[in-house]
Amino acid sequence: MRRRDSILKNLDWPIVFLYIILVVMGWFNIFASVYDPETAFNIFDISLNSGRQLLFIGGSVILIVVILLLDFRIYESFAPYLYLLFILLLMGVLVFGAKINGARAWFDLGIFRLQPSEFTKLATGLLLARYVSNNNVKLTEFKHQLIALFIIFLPVGFIMLQPDLGSSLIFFAFVLPLFREGLPAIYLIVAGAFAIVGVLTLLLPLKIIIIIALIVGIIWVVVTSRSVSNIVITSLLILLSVGFSYGFGYAFENLVPKYQKDRILVIFDSNSVDPLGAGYNLNQSKIAIGSGGFSGKGFLEGTQTKYGYVPEQSTDFIFSTLAEEHGWLGSFVVIALFVFLMIRITVIAERQKFKFARFYGYAVAAIIFFHFTINIAMTIGLFPVVGIPLPFFSYGGSSLWSFTIMLFVLLKMDMHRTQVLSR
Amino acid sequence: MWDNRKYIIQGSFILIGLVFLIKLFAIQVLDKDYRTKAERNIIQPIVQYPFRGLIYDRNNELIVYNEPVYDLMVVPKDVTIADTTEFCELLGIEKEVFLENMKTAKAYSRVKPSVFLKKISHEEYGQIQDLLYKFSGFFVNPRTVRGYTSPILANELGYTGEISRRQLDRDTSGYYRSGDNIGITGLEEQYERLLSGKRGVSYKQVNVRGIEKGSFKDGALDTVSVPGTNLISTFDLELQTYAEKLLAGKTGSIVAIDPSTGEILVMATAPTYEPKMLSGREFGKNYGKIALDSSKLLFNRAHMATYPAGSVFKTVQALIALDEGVIKADEQIFVNLNGIGDHAPAGYYDVAKGIEKSSNNYFLEVMRRIVNQRVNPTNTFIDTSIGMAKWEEAVKKFGFGAPLGIDIPGESSGLVPGVAYYDRLYGQNRWAYSTIQSISIGQGEILVTPLQVANLAAIIANRGYYIQPHLVKGFEKDGTVTLKEFEKNYTGKGTDYYPAIIEGMKRSAQGTFRAPIKDITIASKTGTAENGAKDETLDHSVFMAFAPVENPKIAISVYIENAGWGGRAAATTASLIMEMYLKGYIEKDWRNREEYVLKGDFLDEEQKKEIERKKLERARKNALLQN
Repeated sequence: MRRRDSILKNLDWPIVFLYIILVVMGWFNIFASVYDPETAFNIFDISLNSGRQLLFIGGSVILIVVILLLDFRIYESFAPYLYLLFILLLMGVLVFGAKINGARAWFDLGIFRLQPSEFTKLATGLLLARYVSNNNVKLTEFKHQLIALFIIFLPVGFIMLQPDLGSSLIFFAFVLPLFREGLPAIYLIVAGAFAIVGVLTLLLPLKIIIIIALIVGIIWVVVTSRSVSNIVITSLLILLSVGFSYGFGYAFENLVPKYQKDRILVIFDSNSVDPLGAGYNLNQSKIAIGSGGFSGKGFLEGTQTKYGYVPEQSTDFIFSTLAEEHGWLGSFVVIALFVFLMIRITVIAERQKFKFARFYGYAVAAIIFFHFTINIAMTIGLFPVVGIPLPFFSYGGSSLWSFTIMLFVLLKMDMHRTQVLSR
Repeated sequence: MWDNRKYIIQGSFILIGLVFLIKLFAIQVLDKDYRTKAERNIIQPIVQYPFRGLIYDRNNELIVYNEPVYDLMVVPKDVTIADTTEFCELLGIEKEVFLENMKTAKAYSRVKPSVFLKKISHEEYGQIQDLLYKFSGFFVNPRTVRGYTSPILANELGYTGEISRRQLDRDTSGYYRSGDNIGITGLEEQYERLLSGKRGVSYKQVNVRGIEKGSFKDGALDTVSVPGTNLISTFDLELQTYAEKLLAGKTGSIVAIDPSTGEILVMATAPTYEPKMLSGREFGKNYGKIALDSSKLLFNRAHMATYPAGSVFKTVQALIALDEGVIKADEQIFVNLNGIGDHAPAGYYDVAKGIEKSSNNYFLEVMRRIVNQRVNPTNTFIDTSIGMAKWEEAVKKFGFGAPLGIDIPGESSGLVPGVAYYDRLYGQNRWAYSTIQSISIGQGEILVTPLQVANLAAIIANRGYYIQPHLVKGFEKDGTVTLKEFEKNYTGKGTDYYPAIIEGMKRSAQGTFRAPIKDITIASKTGTAENGAKDETLDHSVFMAFAPVENPKIAISVYIENAGWGGRAAATTASLIMEMYLKGYIEKDWRNREEYVLKGDFLDEEQKKEIERKKLERARKNALLQN
């Protein structure tokens, strides 16, 4: 009994509370999104997503108990095997998986469907953490950077084959813990620069981009140094970004399928795309969110939600249900909860004395952050529509369980942080 | 190592949260547009078309009612048609129409119902009703179109049709919506606001699949349709039917007025069409045919056509002259035939005889006395202008030169040429009576409508006043009848001048072979309106009358185009109408008036020869021109 008491005492309760609040709120919102005033099924009804989500929540509780009972050291030891297992599953799903919405991403197990890519994030995070925590590994060294990159991109390759663009994107989240552990910032700066040039390419004609690049370059040279080498390097960078812009624009025009092009273009100009076609999801999602107003329409009063105007209502677009029924205030609360959760996770990560746990903590925060960012951004038209769930909120066993495992494995490590020191 | 990087990471969490909150604030709080869009998503207005007002005749006989028709609605996503050919055959449509209509419906919405086929008649619906179950995705929406108890009164009642883009743009009331029916001509247009009633709308919430999910805001915004007001018209359905029967196959019009009330008993024009042709599904097809017909089927001659006034106008000349005091009723004026062409012999005439014989030269003198009263003895031109000004004012008091204000659209003014008119034509003080004298006998510039002439008959019957002729005398709503009120319009300064005129008209009637009615004294005046068209056709036959003379119950004008003298076609028709109205039947006698009119052969041998001769002459001229 004494031991159990100490376990619960060391548990990070703020995170547990945030977790419970988010899961319960998600559950209510799932009910709201499938609620039909005429049939009036209650929230526990197993024929509704909300009833099934309750089962998943129950499953999560079992998982949590199991995680808390298991030895915290197994994650580091078993990381390579776990990683290997999920790589195999990712390969298997390409062959044996059920094709749903055009992607072969699920194993259909009869009673429920399992999405291996959801759990692969966890396995990848663990293996990466183990690799980075090795004292010989320095992220400033190119060779080690390359190996880390390989660990990340091996599963991404298989997920792209499904194809599941959204899940693949999430793996970029590992850049954040790598950054924290010493990956040179120049990578992020360059990536950011390319991202900016890419967005500008979609917005502006090439001529304007050349002019902007020249102006930025000249200002840079004038402000920093007028040395020959600086001028040469700047000129090369200008050439590089213009070339990238041209290549990116060409690739976008010619290589990207029309439906994906439309999903991207609709963000910049909602009139450029048929609102009943490619623009439908975003348009309806924005209508639902926008019609929520400051304080929302009230629980179960969201008409857009209730009457099915927003597609993927209880899964990827669950945020629109929340924003319609609870307005800006409700959105504020949920966004604030997520930000608190993520910061709290980094705080936990920072107090780990062992690099493995710290890296893993940052990986969890980063994965939640990417999901949170991309999911909400796509519902309000700041990011193209890609199918990824809102952590803890969206309906779905795979998503809920993988985030639960991810989070509680961290909490389990955190409980034993002093032991880690003593090892 | 790298410890401060945690702040960058934590900062980016907060930054993204702030970006979301700002963007959400813009969408949710600042932009109100999404609220409207959300309502547009879920709200489906269901229109309850109001029951259009009915139209009755003066004896409470129903003329216009509402007939049920069915709009076939379609929800494209639910449509399954095993056999398109069978479906098209059932509805009696071409396959192209089917495809076109399906396309339109899909373009509107895949899940919301829209009209597939409009106005299927009750009979057609009976046939397809039982088989419609085979084709899912279709259902019917009942509406009404106008139904008519008799195939008459087409131009007077007007028709209803879908509101046009232009009318919608012009509509300032904001009431009408695309797809609404609206009165287009006749009474339907004139009384549109009353007849149409008020549309009711119930707002239903629908889900994304178009399935109803209860009322919006618990029906707080719903409105109930208000049926239109019924019109009590002044028509005598039986008499109108008879009039249209007599007019059939001819070109012309009949207007009969109850002089004591101004109520129009009969307003008939020919050629015309059957009112039901412009109601229901065949509207489009028939409208084209009717509108393009060379005989102008939509032209209501009774109040739109203008003719030279002709000899009926002589009564007005006499009345003005008597009122001006330039002649006395019993004053004998010697008339020779040197002035203008005349059928009446030379000799002494008083007013009654002038009218009886329709002496052109007598009225040439009468009008000379009106316009040349030697107010300015030195300058004939100025003197004529002064006289003409008086004359013009007096003529207009008889309801000429301006619309009488009958309650259907399109009424013509006619034309009363006055000083300004002739000044414009010839120049100020450059015209004298001799220039314009043909209007003394109603020829030349003066133009009148058949309605104005019927009104003139009513004025004489009333001995000096008229009540605005009208087609609707009251309105009925929820069992309450409201009658319209009218004032008397006096024409001159007294009733003393009328007996002489009426005496002349009485004698004229007796002298017109087919005009008299047994046991009833009538007063009448024949006329011949010059045919403006310079071709081989004859002048128009005109007749104006009222009866009984002592206690007038009906005043009438009849115009039959190209039928020659007024004494024949028009007089006989008028006589029959008056007899039918006053007695309820036609007394058969050896004159065989009814057969005469129905046969429609009003010309004698000499006239026919004349026509032949003119035709030949024209053919020769054309041949010469071609050579």
